[in-house]
Amino acid sequence: MSDSSVNPLAVKDSQHDRAVVGAGSSPAPTPAARPRRRGVGWRARFEIAILSGPAVLLFVGFVIFPVCLAAYYGFFRWKGYGKPTDFVGLNNYKIILTDPEFHAALGHNVFIVIASLVLQGPIAIGFALLLNRPMRFRSLVRVLIFVPYVVSEVIVGTGFSLMLQSDGAFNGFLDKIGLGSLAHDWLSDPDIAIWTLMAIISWKYIGFAVILFMAALQNIPDELFEAAAIDGASYWQIQRNITLPLLGPTLRIWAFLSIIGSLQLFDLVYIVWGQYVAGTAGVSTMATYMVQYGRTAGNFGYGSAVAVVLFVISLIIALVYQRFVLRRDTEGALTDKAAR
Amino acid sequence: MTAATIVPPKASTRARATSKARGGAGPATYFVALLLVGVMLVPILYIVLGGFRTNAQITTDPAGFPSPWKLDNYIDVLTSSTFWREVVNSAIVALATSAVVVAAGLMVSFVLARYSFRGRGALYALFAAGLMFPVTVAITPLYIVVRDIGLMNHLGGVILPQIGFALPTTIIILVPFLRAIPAEIEEAASIDGAGKLGFFFRMVLPLSLPGVITTGILAFVGSWNSYLLPLFILNDEGSFTLPLGVQAFSSQYSVDTAKVLAFTSLSMLPALVFFSLFERRIVGGLQGAVKG
Repeated sequence: MSDSSVNPLAVKDSQHDRAVVGAGSSPAPTPAARPRRRGVGWRARFEIAILSGPAVLLFVGFVIFPVCLAAYYGFFRWKGYGKPTDFVGLNNYKIILTDPEFHAALGHNVFIVIASLVLQGPIAIGFALLLNRPMRFRSLVRVLIFVPYVVSEVIVGTGFSLMLQSDGAFNGFLDKIGLGSLAHDWLSDPDIAIWTLMAIISWKYIGFAVILFMAALQNIPDELFEAAAIDGASYWQIQRNITLPLLGPTLRIWAFLSIIGSLQLFDLVYIVWGQYVAGTAGVSTMATYMVQYGRTAGNFGYGSAVAVVLFVISLIIALVYQRFVLRRDTEGALTDKAAR
Repeated sequence: MTAATIVPPKASTRARATSKARGGAGPATYFVALLLVGVMLVPILYIVLGGFRTNAQITTDPAGFPSPWKLDNYIDVLTSSTFWREVVNSAIVALATSAVVVAAGLMVSFVLARYSFRGRGALYALFAAGLMFPVTVAITPLYIVVRDIGLMNHLGGVILPQIGFALPTTIIILVPFLRAIPAEIEEAASIDGAGKLGFFFRMVLPLSLPGVITTGILAFVGSWNSYLLPLFILNDEGSFTLPLGVQAFSSQYSVDTAKVLAFTSLSMLPALVFFSLFERRIVGGLQGAVKG
C-alpha cells in the first residue's frame, strides 16, 4: 500500500515544467542552467548509460515486461507450464465480463472506493482541524494515530480476525458494557461483513489522511487567518471559507490515492476472510478474484486476463480523474512555478 | 520535500488572531484526541496484551486484561528457531531491497535531474508510468518470470521485483531533490576540476542524504510489510518472511490464540521501533511525496 503513496501531481508538474521552461532546465532561473547545455559527448553518454543502466534494467525487467506479458498471456488458456499454445482470443475476457462473481467483486470495489471517500474524508478533515489546534502532546498524538498505517496488513488482518470472531474480544467488550444485544458475527454475516471491512480499512488508513491534511493546514499562511479575524469572521466561517478551499489540492490528491488503493485492495481481505470465504461473505475484490481463479486455480492465462481488466479499469479511472479533477491543481502549480 | 515548513514567529497580536482561526484547545479537544488515539491503539494493545494471557483466560473473558500475566507465549516464540529465521529473512530482503533501490534510484535520478539529453523526458515518463502498475496487476506474470529465471523460493526472487516496484516512488522523491542543488555548486566543482561523476560522488551524495534516508526508509518499511509478492514466490517454509510466517503460524496454531497473538506482536515490533526512530522522516517523506 505504501507503494501507492506517490504523487501524480509531481509527475505532471515536472512534465509540464519541461514543456514550459524548455528541455534540459530545472525550475531554477535559466542562466544558471546554461552550463549544463553542452553537447552530449561520448563521455556524457557513457555516464548516462552507466548511471541509469541498473535502474532501467530492473524496472523494465520486473515491472514493464511482466505487465506486457500479462496482456499476452491473457489471450491463452494456459496452466503455466511450457509455452502458451491454446490461443482463445478474447474468450477469457468474455468469461470475466459475464461472470456474476466478477461483477460482485467489482461492485464491492466500487462500494469500497465510494465509502472510503465519504467516510474517511470528512472524519480525517475533522481530526486534522482538531489536532491543528495548539495543544500539548500534539506531536505524540500525531505519531500514535499514524501507527496503524505502519503496521503491516498481515498483522492488522490477523489481529482483527481474532478480535471480531463471534466469540472474540469485540463482542466480549460489548457484553461487558451492557450492549451484548449488539453482538454480531462481524466477519461472516454478508449484510455486515463489508461494513466491517470498511471499518478495518478506515482504521488502517485514516492516519495517513489526517497527517496529510495536518501538513496542508500548517502551510496556510497565518496572515489569511489574521485578516479574516480582523474582519470579524467566526471560527467556523474561517474554516469554511479559508481552510477548506486551501485544503482542496491535498484533498484531491488524497482522494486519488485512496481510489487507486481501494481498487487494488487485496491483502486485508485475503488475510481476514481467506481465499474462499471472501465471496460468500460479500467482501471479495477484483484482486482476490484474480488470485483465486488465476494462480490458486492454476489458470495463469485467465488470471493474467483479470489483471489486465483490473489495470484497464484503474487506468481509465486515473486518467479521468486527472483530466477532470486534478487538472486545475496542475494548472495552478504550473502558473505558480512560472511566476517564481 | 517541503514537509518541514517554517512557521513564522508569532507576535502577540498575531497569536490572538491565529488562536481564533485555529481554535483553542479546551477539555473537549483533549477528550476527542484521547478518544481518537484510543481507537487507533486498542487493536494494537489487544494483540500485545493477548500474548500475555493464556488461552483459558481468552476463552472465559475475551476482552479482559491479563491476570495473571504470563510470559510463556513470548518466551516460546522468542526461543523458536522459526521466528528468528523469518526475522532474518525479512531483514535480508528489506535491507537488500532498500540498499539497491536507493543506489540505483539515486543514480538514475541524478541523470534525470542533472543531464540534458534526448529521451530524458521519455525516461522520466517511463518511471512515472510505473506508478500505474502496482504489484497486484503484474503479480501473475511476475511469478512466471521469477520461476523461469529459477528464483522460486529464493529471497532474490522477492528482492529483485520489489526493487523494480519501489523505483518509481524513489525517483519521484529524489529528482526534485537533486534538481534543487544549486547550479553554482556544480560550477564550483567543475572549476575545481571535478567532472560530472566527481560532482556526483563528492557533492550530490552528501547533499542528498536526507532524501536518500527518506526513500530508504520508505522502501524498507514497504518491504518489511509486503505480503502478496512473497506469497507467490516463497512457498518453502525455510524462505518465509515474517508476514508469511505470521499467517502460517496463525493457521497452524489456530487453536492457540494466545501464542498467535504473541507471535504477531513480536513480528510488528521491529517495524514499530523503526517507525518511532524515524517517524519524522517517514511522515515528512510521505507528505513530501504527495505535495511534490
